[in-house]
Amino acid sequence: MLNPASAHGSSAETPLLQAIGITKRYGTFLANDSIDIELYAGEIHALLGENGAGKSTLVKMMYGLIQPSAGELRWMNRKVVLAGPSEARALGIGMVFQHFSLFDNLTVAENVALGLDGKESFAAMSARLAQVSNDYGLPLDPKRDVWRLSVGERQRIEIVRALMQNPKLLILDEPTAVLTPQEADQLFIVLERLRSEGRGLLYISHKLEEVKRLCGTATILRGGKKISTCNPRAETAASLARMMVGADIGEVKAKTARATTVPRLVIKDLSLAPDDPHGTYLHTISLEVKGGEILGIAGVAGNGQDEFFAALSGERLSGAEGNVVIDGEAAGLMSVTQRRRLGAAFVPEERLGHGTAPRMKLSENALLTGHAASGMVNHGFIDRPATLETVDKTTKTFDVRKAKRDPEAVSLSGGNLQKFIVGREILREPGVLVVSQPTWGVDAGAAAVIRQALLDLSGRGTAVLVISQDLDELAEIADRIAVMFHGRLSEPLVAASATREKLGLLMGGSSVSQPEPTVEVSHAVGA
Amino acid sequence: MQLVLERRAERSTKIAILSPLIAIVLTLVTMAILFAILGKNPIAALNVYFVEPLTDSYSLMEIAVKATPLVMIAIGLSFCYLANVWNIGAEGQFIMGAVCGSWLAVVTNGTGAGPWVLPAMLVMGALGGALWAMIPALCKVKFGANEILTSLMLVYVADLIMDYLVRGPWRDPKGMNFPTTATFDPVANVPVLIEGSRLHAGAIVALIVVMLATVMLGRTIKGFEIRVVGAAPKAARFAGFSSDRLVLFTFAVSGALAGLAGIIEVAGPVGVLQPGISPGYGFTAIIVAFLGRLNPVGILIAGLFLALTFIGGEGAQISMKIPLDLTKVFQGILLFYVLACDSLILYRIRLISPFRKAADGTA
Repeated sequence: MLNPASAHGSSAETPLLQAIGITKRYGTFLANDSIDIELYAGEIHALLGENGAGKSTLVKMMYGLIQPSAGELRWMNRKVVLAGPSEARALGIGMVFQHFSLFDNLTVAENVALGLDGKESFAAMSARLAQVSNDYGLPLDPKRDVWRLSVGERQRIEIVRALMQNPKLLILDEPTAVLTPQEADQLFIVLERLRSEGRGLLYISHKLEEVKRLCGTATILRGGKKISTCNPRAETAASLARMMVGADIGEVKAKTARATTVPRLVIKDLSLAPDDPHGTYLHTISLEVKGGEILGIAGVAGNGQDEFFAALSGERLSGAEGNVVIDGEAAGLMSVTQRRRLGAAFVPEERLGHGTAPRMKLSENALLTGHAASGMVNHGFIDRPATLETVDKTTKTFDVRKAKRDPEAVSLSGGNLQKFIVGREILREPGVLVVSQPTWGVDAGAAAVIRQALLDLSGRGTAVLVISQDLDELAEIADRIAVMFHGRLSEPLVAASATREKLGLLMGGSSVSQPEPTVEVSHAVGA
Repeated sequence: MQLVLERRAERSTKIAILSPLIAIVLTLVTMAILFAILGKNPIAALNVYFVEPLTDSYSLMEIAVKATPLVMIAIGLSFCYLANVWNIGAEGQFIMGAVCGSWLAVVTNGTGAGPWVLPAMLVMGALGGALWAMIPALCKVKFGANEILTSLMLVYVADLIMDYLVRGPWRDPKGMNFPTTATFDPVANVPVLIEGSRLHAGAIVALIVVMLATVMLGRTIKGFEIRVVGAAPKAARFAGFSSDRLVLFTFAVSGALAGLAGIIEVAGPVGVLQPGISPGYGFTAIIVAFLGRLNPVGILIAGLFLALTFIGGEGAQISMKIPLDLTKVFQGILLFYVLACDSLILYRIRLISPFRKAADGTA
């Protein structure tokens, strides 16, 4: 709709990096279909799109990690072929990945040294590291071990590592996905400063409010094609979303009746030591989820959510049977199978490898959790028609799209597989459902279906516990929200009073370490 | 030009079936080259190895005799390998099965005991193999000891125990100091199926084992558990399957089957307990299990094929003076090719032209 140059406002300038007709083909699949994009110095350019739209493929080509099948890249008007990331770095292109590539057992300085091509001495490098991190307000202690650092601090290492090469263009892949709202605000100040220094930034995201706030230009990808380059501030969140998704997303309808019944899931004084040395201790967690209620657990990843989920599902056992009570039965020492027989159902965060066996068929993956209490097993023999029926029912009820009736789990897209996994559990009509990151990495359409299904389930009287990093998601579906920080759980806040600010402070540990006003609020609500 | 392995999007079922056949062809080509290097006519040698044993009925029955222990052991091993449990010690479990079963044959020797002896021997053989397999299994579960090492080392222990028994307490007093027990009584012998041949009832036991394994792996929740634990351990834990329990179970089953094969071999074709009762069945069965795709019916076919190499090897030794050790070379090369070809199920080979590098230089 808008000419990128005019959106940028200075058409005379040559772009830092220009992609012309960039195409990436994997077999018959077009991951990027003839994409044009121009990135200018002194500009924060957003790259918007759903999962699978081709954002990562595009930036990987810009950083030399993969080679385009067709099209060309121009760096300051000169054609370049990037054989590897070191060539990209030599030109002045830096990148901060979504998934950090850090060694937990090494110090900050050692990690940074591993990522640099330079020949300077370790001491000089450490000094420069301290200097750069201070200059940009990204404080880091070079001597600290990485495993002691929070996720936000780890991201700082990645950013500082990229800045130490003084890049002209910095690519950031979903940098706020793992941050609290306050940490994100701090990051935006740093990014704004980098822009004012005349650097170009390419900012990958699917959070529209953030993009509208931060970026002067946005390019939207969908299904590997460029849909538009526009000024996000001139667009509404709805119009951007429409360009990303290609259709209007159905609004999630709230439950009509919010009648809650008795507590169906009770967690009492649950403490648990981690099973790996870098895991998180759980400290005396107590919680009640009533029938008909959705309780959200917010928190930055790595604060004990995985351990909490494992303790609830029974994959790891806590010390006493009274720690976890499912529908009045003390289940703390019961196995996963026994808990399922009590009417509990679980959806883990990791779809492939945890929620499903990737190379097994959907019918076999239905059996994976259904063997416990769904009548799929007769005297030790598998009732195959029953497993297939579950697949068909899930497919129909939750609109799972797949190539054939019973494909391998790995062949489904993320969104469709997640609909299958959530659907598989919901069809059992569980009394208690514990679900971790229900819509992580899922397209907007599937996310709406899943959230609606959770709301409907709780409307039918199930106690639903949702562990999620996505505050928007929790605001949309949860009745109460508690925050997990360093293995401790805050008092739950009623969703209506749980503002981003309050949750953000709790996610940063404020109420736990020092008694801030938020504590009073949470007490007031919890009481 | 550069060769790269590229991951396939979907696992290729075509290659999964073709892979063992490709491996066999490659092995035959390699063997032909080896024969040529040894100065033998490759065509004639391959003919003696792989065609001649199929042409007379005696050899065919001998193939079935050799395939019987191979198939039984390999079925048990396939349970382990499907669950990612690496039992390499089937040879030891085979020997301990033979020893435990033989004990009954030795103590009842000449006492005129009734027909209960043979069934009891089979039960004891299976138990002996299973108990021997429990040692590495428990070491793995309790102490995290690597089962590959412990199960393999126990092979030599088992071998020496048997050696001690047949040279010492169980030696046949009328055996002229040969290290062997007395010939088993008829009630302690596995009946022969066809008069005048060595084909015995153990072959039928092997077929029953194949059928039971097919049903168990494909149709029961236990078989599903084995496959999930091997394919996706974290998903298996989420499903509520305990990997420790499964280590014990698969070791017990494979130990029992190897032990049963051991006592059948001793009470059948051999007729006494003596050193050298196994020409390495427990190790060859590893090849059988993989060549057969860890699938019971595949294992039956692979077991017959490897039995053929034993018979053909003996024939080649007699008629062409080719050393019997070449049979082991053959089996080793075969395993090597099977494992190599298996990577083609998940990966494809691609040739990358040096064009991009050149373009890079000019940029």
